[in-house]
Amino acid sequence: MTVFLYIVVALLIAISLWQLSKVVKIYKASKADTDVANNQDNKQQGGLMLVYLIFLFVFTFYGFYAWNEVLLGTPASAHGPNYDLLMNVSWAIIFPVFFLVQFLLHFFAYKYQGKAGNKALYYSDNMKLEMVWTVIPVIVLTGLILFGLFSWNDIMSYDFEGEEEPMVVELYAQQFNWTARYAGHDNTLGEANVRLIDYDAVNTLGLDTSDKNYADDVITKELHLPVGKRVHFKIRSQDVLHSAYMPHFRAQMNCVPGMVTEFSFIPTMTTAEMRKDEKIVAKVKRINEIRVENSKKLVAKGEEALEPYEFDYLLLCNKICGKSHYNMQMKIVVDTPEDYATWMKTQQKAKDIITVAGN
Amino acid sequence: MSQDDHGHHKETFITKYIFSIDHKMISKQYLITGIIMGIIGIAMSMLFRLQLAWPEEPFKIMEILLGDRMAPGGVLDADSYLALVTIHGTIMVFFVLTAGLSGTFSNLLIPLQIGARDMASGFLNMVSYWLFFVSSIIMVISLFVEAGPASAGWTIYPPLSVLPQAIPGSGMGMTLWLVSMAIFIASSLLGSLNYIVTVINLRTKGMSMTRLPLTIWTFFVTAIIGVVSFPVLFSAALLLIMDRSFGTSFYLSDIFINGEVLHYQGGSPVLFEHLFWFLGHPEVYIVLLPALGITSEVIATNSRKPIFGYRAMIASILAIAFLSCIVWGHHMFISGMNPFLGSVFTFTTLLIAIPSAVKAFNYITTLWKGNLQFNPAMLFSIGLVSTFVSGGLTGIILGDSTLDINVHDTMFVVAHFHLVMGVTAVYGFLAGVYHWFPKMFGRMMSKKLGYLHFWITAVGAYGVFYPMHFTGLAGLPRRYYNNTSFPIFDDLTDINVIITIFAIITGLGQFIFLYNFFNSIFNGEKAPQNPWRSNTLEWTTPVEHIHGNWPGDIPEVHRWSYDYSKPGHDDDFVPQNVPMKDGEVELHH
Repeated sequence: MTVFLYIVVALLIAISLWQLSKVVKIYKASKADTDVANNQDNKQQGGLMLVYLIFLFVFTFYGFYAWNEVLLGTPASAHGPNYDLLMNVSWAIIFPVFFLVQFLLHFFAYKYQGKAGNKALYYSDNMKLEMVWTVIPVIVLTGLILFGLFSWNDIMSYDFEGEEEPMVVELYAQQFNWTARYAGHDNTLGEANVRLIDYDAVNTLGLDTSDKNYADDVITKELHLPVGKRVHFKIRSQDVLHSAYMPHFRAQMNCVPGMVTEFSFIPTMTTAEMRKDEKIVAKVKRINEIRVENSKKLVAKGEEALEPYEFDYLLLCNKICGKSHYNMQMKIVVDTPEDYATWMKTQQKAKDIITVAGN
Repeated sequence: MSQDDHGHHKETFITKYIFSIDHKMISKQYLITGIIMGIIGIAMSMLFRLQLAWPEEPFKIMEILLGDRMAPGGVLDADSYLALVTIHGTIMVFFVLTAGLSGTFSNLLIPLQIGARDMASGFLNMVSYWLFFVSSIIMVISLFVEAGPASAGWTIYPPLSVLPQAIPGSGMGMTLWLVSMAIFIASSLLGSLNYIVTVINLRTKGMSMTRLPLTIWTFFVTAIIGVVSFPVLFSAALLLIMDRSFGTSFYLSDIFINGEVLHYQGGSPVLFEHLFWFLGHPEVYIVLLPALGITSEVIATNSRKPIFGYRAMIASILAIAFLSCIVWGHHMFISGMNPFLGSVFTFTTLLIAIPSAVKAFNYITTLWKGNLQFNPAMLFSIGLVSTFVSGGLTGIILGDSTLDINVHDTMFVVAHFHLVMGVTAVYGFLAGVYHWFPKMFGRMMSKKLGYLHFWITAVGAYGVFYPMHFTGLAGLPRRYYNNTSFPIFDDLTDINVIITIFAIITGLGQFIFLYNFFNSIFNGEKAPQNPWRSNTLEWTTPVEHIHGNWPGDIPEVHRWSYDYSKPGHDDDFVPQNVPMKDGEVELHH
């Protein structure tokens, strides 16, 4: 029966469109109008160009005003401020160009709207003018490229010369969760390969138990990092591509099955400090207001209310990896060195988890 | 072949409308197929936008369109969400904006604008269309496979695209995807070779390369990029098929899934990423350049002015084409490849901004002191310049390896490429349809409906993609089924609702176009021979299509195609076949 209703509705729409086309036709015939733009169209559409320009600018500014607060906020890693600076410099170049070009484009469209009898200027080349908009981008981009390259080399170099030895941590990705493995006292990860995974022996990461380095490795489901200490991530995946995305640290690297990828940064703000950060406080407050509203609806439906939100750093998966890609996360906690040491003591070592044959 | 053979060709319904070898008919076939695929692709985006704005709410429309398997109880399921995203991307990029756009306008305009009776090989041209048709059918069929269509993203990165254990769409759905794309690539290569040969060999007397309309330049260069890069995707797909079905390990190594170790050893997914993006990035320009070419023609004609900087435009097209082939690594900054490569690709990528800036400013200067005729095609062309700039500028951020670290694969990327290649190319496509509709169908489209269509689309497109930059900068990854699993993204839901509302308005607005298009084919005003008072040769052909295009001799060309408002002429346009007056000079030489 509903199908029949849909068919009737579709038919009615089709008939009304058909009738509409007739009306338009008759109207057009009575006005002796053609489908080529005339003076009146040019005037009307030229005016709308100006209106659209205003819409573009107002909407763009509105976005800044209304949505600025959803952004990530204060960076929590040593390279973060430099990253944000480069980002802001880029925006400082992008916005003036955006406003200038959109203004010229739509304003010219308005100003030079056609009139019958007018003749356009026959103007096809100007070497000087073209040099201007070739050379200026060249200079600006050279600056950006250089700035970018220095930052890139800084972030992506893993030789850490003249620095204290970084803490080595493995991030292990699988559908749809993360595991962290700390290198332990020797700061060397035991060898591992997915071929050695043995669930019966609780060897979920495929550690090679013949490699002595494995013994003091610590396996956790939460990533704790001591503040101010460089951490060197070695990243593995056991099944498909994933991406270890830690937005607050301006950090990301893909997890590729069959190879070990790397990323490194120094966390500079503990979770507790970040929770007191002005922007984060405002964000958490806003989110909790939203959650209270949402909870009311849930409760009305007889479901459980949402828990209040408290800020935590996150590790998200940012490479499509399957059905639950959207929920593949791990909590990151940045501690003071003392808290970190205390926490670490409570964690189990690999040798205590894995049953090695013969023992 | 002399022209007499053409007029008296015996035609049946089948040779005229179905297995036609006439480029004008093939162009219409491409257009209609492209539009139908476009409807499917855009409809999919509306459905997953509903899910993103109102996660897990039941919608009657989902149940009707997707059925119980993909949307049980009207709620889109997570696997089906990924399937929709994947097929939306595939259809829009390849079927609509590559085959639909290039196929339609290269076929229509190359012979008509260079003064040729048809393509170099009409038969290959027909084969090209029918391969495209078959690949479209296979892609659509894949939607109905039991385990769902390909769902590993349109980039089909292995191992996800290899392992049905990892995602059900990587079973039969992925096989059909690969078969469809293999046929598609064959179609695209046949088409491209034909375009290249035709442009090189069949130009009419006087049509030197520096008198070619910029449309032809872009189609020509696009075809060359296609011939260079599509075979690489083909080989990538071939190796993927080997890995999937014949046990090789080109892309896979050390995989443990569903409690067992797989046999793969020694391959690397990064290799696939290189091969894929060696096509994938040029593909952006395969989509974009024809749109820019159409815009050049439409803006010049409707400004009643020569295109500004004709030679700089050609130089930019060539520079973009060259650079587009050496920037693919900017999709892979954080793929695990050597960071040194990141530096190189940042450098080449940001260089592309230079020819792009030249093009944008040249368009604007073309408007300056023009006598602008706001036909619908002109509106879409101005819209194109606007989105090309808005979307292109954020490329400065994404092309910078450092900045890419934190915005890679977020909604920021989605916002960027939809503006700069999606919306821009769609605008180019629509501008082309409005502009050349009279040539294709001998009738006019309604300008009033065209205006309405443009303004809804222009407001809607910016309304969809501008807010998306913010969700991306807030750290929201793309291809997330919902953002409610992370409380930290709770404050993005409002923005998602705004985006979806704009998307629905824009999507519904396209019905105005569809109505205008199909209605005008039958009921439109009869078109005059040269409605836009344009200089190019296609408007010297009769309104009624004939085999061979011109009833008499092919016109000879005496000037470039941009002699609008040239001093010393009474009319504000001088078609290319009008001989030079005594003492008249070709200014751009």
